[in-house]
Amino acid sequence: MRSEDLFPLQEATADPPEALRGLATDGRRVIGGRNRRTDGFRKSSGKEVYTDDITFPGMLHGKILRSTVPHAKIRSIDPARALELPGVYDVITGRDMPTPYGIIPWTPDEHALALERVRFVGDAVACVAAVDEETALAALDLIDVVYEPLPHYLDPEEALAHPEHPIHEPRRPGQNGNILKRVQLEFGPVDERMREADVVVEGEYLFHGTTHAPIEPHCAIGRMNQNGLLEVWSATQVPHYLQREIARVLGLDVAKVRVVQPAVGGAFGGKSEPFDLEFCVALLAIRTGRPVKILYTREEVFYSHRGRHPMRMKYRVGASQDGRILAVDATTLLDGGAYASFGLVTTYYSGQLLTAPYEIESYRFDSTRVYTNKAPCGPKRGHGSVQPRFAFEISLDKVAERLKMDPIEFRRRVFMGTGRTVNEFRVQSNGFLECLDAVEKASDWKIKHRRMEYGRGIGVAGSCYISGTNYPIYPNPMPQAAVQVQVERSGRVTVLHGASEIGQGSDSTMAYIACEELGVPLDYVRVFSADTDLVPVDLGAYSSRETVMVGNACLMACRELGNKVRTSVARLWDVEPSRVRLAGGWAFDGQDPSCAERRLPIPQAFQWAEAEHGTLGAVGHYNTPKEGVHGEYRGGTIGASPAYSFTAHVAEVEVDPDTGFVDVKTIWVAHDCGRALNPVLVEGQIEGSAYMGYAEAIFEEQAFKRGEHGEALHDGPSLLDYRIPTSLDCPEFVPLIVESDDPEGPYGAKEAGEGPLHPSLPAIANAIHDAIGIRLDSLPFTPQRVWRALRAAEAAKRSQEVA
Amino acid sequence: MKDVLTLHVNGDALEVGVPAHATLLETLRYTCGFTGSKQGCDKGDCGACTVLLDGEPFLSCIMPVYEALGHEITTVEGLAEGRYPHPLQDAFDLCGAAQCGFCTPGILCSAYALLLRNTNPGRAEIQQALSGNLCRCTGYTKIFEAVEVAAEALRRGRDPRDVVAERYALAFPSRSMQPASPRDREDGDADA
Ligand code: FES
Ligand code: FES
Repeated sequence: MRSEDLFPLQEATADPPEALRGLATDGRRVIGGRNRRTDGFRKSSGKEVYTDDITFPGMLHGKILRSTVPHAKIRSIDPARALELPGVYDVITGRDMPTPYGIIPWTPDEHALALERVRFVGDAVACVAAVDEETALAALDLIDVVYEPLPHYLDPEEALAHPEHPIHEPRRPGQNGNILKRVQLEFGPVDERMREADVVVEGEYLFHGTTHAPIEPHCAIGRMNQNGLLEVWSATQVPHYLQREIARVLGLDVAKVRVVQPAVGGAFGGKSEPFDLEFCVALLAIRTGRPVKILYTREEVFYSHRGRHPMRMKYRVGASQDGRILAVDATTLLDGGAYASFGLVTTYYSGQLLTAPYEIESYRFDSTRVYTNKAPCGPKRGHGSVQPRFAFEISLDKVAERLKMDPIEFRRRVFMGTGRTVNEFRVQSNGFLECLDAVEKASDWKIKHRRMEYGRGIGVAGSCYISGTNYPIYPNPMPQAAVQVQVERSGRVTVLHGASEIGQGSDSTMAYIACEELGVPLDYVRVFSADTDLVPVDLGAYSSRETVMVGNACLMACRELGNKVRTSVARLWDVEPSRVRLAGGWAFDGQDPSCAERRLPIPQAFQWAEAEHGTLGAVGHYNTPKEGVHGEYRGGTIGASPAYSFTAHVAEVEVDPDTGFVDVKTIWVAHDCGRALNPVLVEGQIEGSAYMGYAEAIFEEQAFKRGEHGEALHDGPSLLDYRIPTSLDCPEFVPLIVESDDPEGPYGAKEAGEGPLHPSLPAIANAIHDAIGIRLDSLPFTPQRVWRALRAAEAAKRSQEVA
Repeated sequence: MKDVLTLHVNGDALEVGVPAHATLLETLRYTCGFTGSKQGCDKGDCGACTVLLDGEPFLSCIMPVYEALGHEITTVEGLAEGRYPHPLQDAFDLCGAAQCGFCTPGILCSAYALLLRNTNPGRAEIQQALSGNLCRCTGYTKIFEAVEVAAEALRRGRDPRDVVAERYALAFPSRSMQPASPRDREDGDADA
């Protein structure tokens, strides 16, 4: 921590020489400081407004009728009895919104309400609007649906083997309708290099599915205005895409749809595409002329899912005696659930995002995403790459063991540095070595690894993640992020941006940038975001894109305004504009260390600028670099990012050999975020990510029942049955920030919200191996699984001794 | 059919008309307009709806409103001391203990009840006191820190900002940053 970065924002009323001491020398004053969030006090006072906190006079309540069967033709839906119930205003079905949609424009396979077929238990069938929730619920029971059951598949291998019963019609004749996408890519001569390898490690890995489980359930409100404007408030993380899709499905003019994203109570990727409730409130509001709200129950959140894909992964890794990775060969089966969601991208990501931070000399992957009759999978924090990272980092541990190398040392040996990955992504900054050093030191690795008593162990893993995607979801040459900034004569600065604040702190980040560039205190900045009527287009909070993309756009607008203010003040003082500095609530002469001569409170500086230039406002935008940042092969753009973040974890565990209980003691996480714009936020993202990875390793599983207990039902769609860690369950998380100054990031910043999740799971697996000598290649590491593995190992040992 | 009841919320006696089967959470949020308390599951699993009854934490989503009659109910909106935030609220802001903030009102109520009993809780006691409140964003670390900061502030009669500044060895935080705190009154700059 560098002390000059901790200098606080200054009060405009303080004595200038005192307030400006230290400011006259160069250096950032806000960026890098442990500042408050712009919304922190709203959140700790209960004043923050989430979607369900909004009510309108005359508002109706909607409820969605959901399929009770995993796969069936809908023979008929009869809402007549429901419509007769007093208090029921309307019932809509799939026929009312027949246009298919999907977040990926090439795979629109969903309907707001099922059109002819339901494909999983929980698929939306009809929607009621009634005077209150109870009436709406009662009406659901009065809708008569006749299903004609179809064969259903809960296992991706079964679905693959039965193309005669496709869950979706094949997109081209002759294709297997149960396959959404298959990607096969090869970089370098894998077979040849594998033959040269001194050590080849083969393994099969199973990643169970997990879900986001944000504490706020999805909620949406629709309202139709007299002038033909449809307004939708929704707990979404992609307001722009939602606006487009609502307009498309309902046949409206996009300009007459307004989407507002109130505060969102957690998302993690689980709110990053349109959902049935958003279309339903929109259509019901249009049809009834009344505002309509739908709030998911917790069960509905579990069934809406879009969480982490279960993956079955076969990995072969070949290495040379001197510690180089010669070849990696991966085959992956992705269990996609009933709809495509982001699945096309997930299929690519399951292979494309593995190729850093290590030098991999040749690489091949073959990934297939299959439909099954379960809640659809999609993007969860660390989209598509957490699963392969699990398989790969365990493989690396096995390789290091075979080479008799320390696993951290081995990872240092294969470090790629900057430059090109084997699949041709351009990496411009890479702090992974510093990450390894930091966790090695903080964890006392050297005196612990392979040196602790039986039952205690320590493990390491690394990873890489993207800071935004190089291309938008729908191809277009327009900016991917845009910001509008206004500077007003009172000293107030207003930032209007489209990024989705979902708890990660994107609103605050934009405010810090404005403070840094325009010299105002934090409470002079107002931030408005994610309201399609107010702000320029941004694509939303996914792929860890906000800091780099929206941050750069914000920087561009603020710099333009800062220059205007500086020129005006410079003219007043008759000095070069470069001498004028804006910081701490003041404009002052950077070459006058005492600031005694030339200084102006920032509002006055703004007033001089407004007098000279007219009303002060600027827009900034950002588009990713397109030249030389990825390969030119088909699919080479998917997974390409303006900048890549890097992480290393060390996990320490204690395993009880009698019960199989794994107690994770501490997880040290070093993350290269490029530049920490606010270390408090970065630490929070690191801790939250490591927590989520830990939870997936030890506790969570999005599973579905088989057989007599309710075929195809969710195993326990509640926060009691789907166990997420409480305050008593968590290990200590130790966040360590590494800064590498990426040339593409604002002030050098990269992402911090998703990367630090990845290594949690393999680091714990590797630690368990260090503790009890057993490799666990299937998740989650429940006591049952660990206990069984221990007993199996004992049995194997006994039979060896007998033989 | 609605009944008219008198509820004591955040120091006021409120007359509310609610159906007999209404929960305390529904009544607070949708009838009284205290939307600070959140609904995360509506079945007693997540703790987002935690409020205080006579200073003790309860899950308002599974509490019939009738059970709250005759008790002093405190929600997150009632924690502040007049125009000044409670040290817990300031500490949560300073420490980054609220990310999405959806669990925050419930966690604040549980932590408030803990600090009423004990202004010097150890980590284990804090973990225990918050074990009924799920947070999906933070991994709890910053929440524990914030409770510790608030406890220290209360114990030593200090401003949470100074406690944080000490912890991080900062020349920090600035007085101009919102929100104001009771200490500003002594310094004489808050009402300026
Ligand atoms: S809403 Fe009350 S415990 Fe979840
Ligand atoms: S801050 Fe999001 S759930 Fe706790």
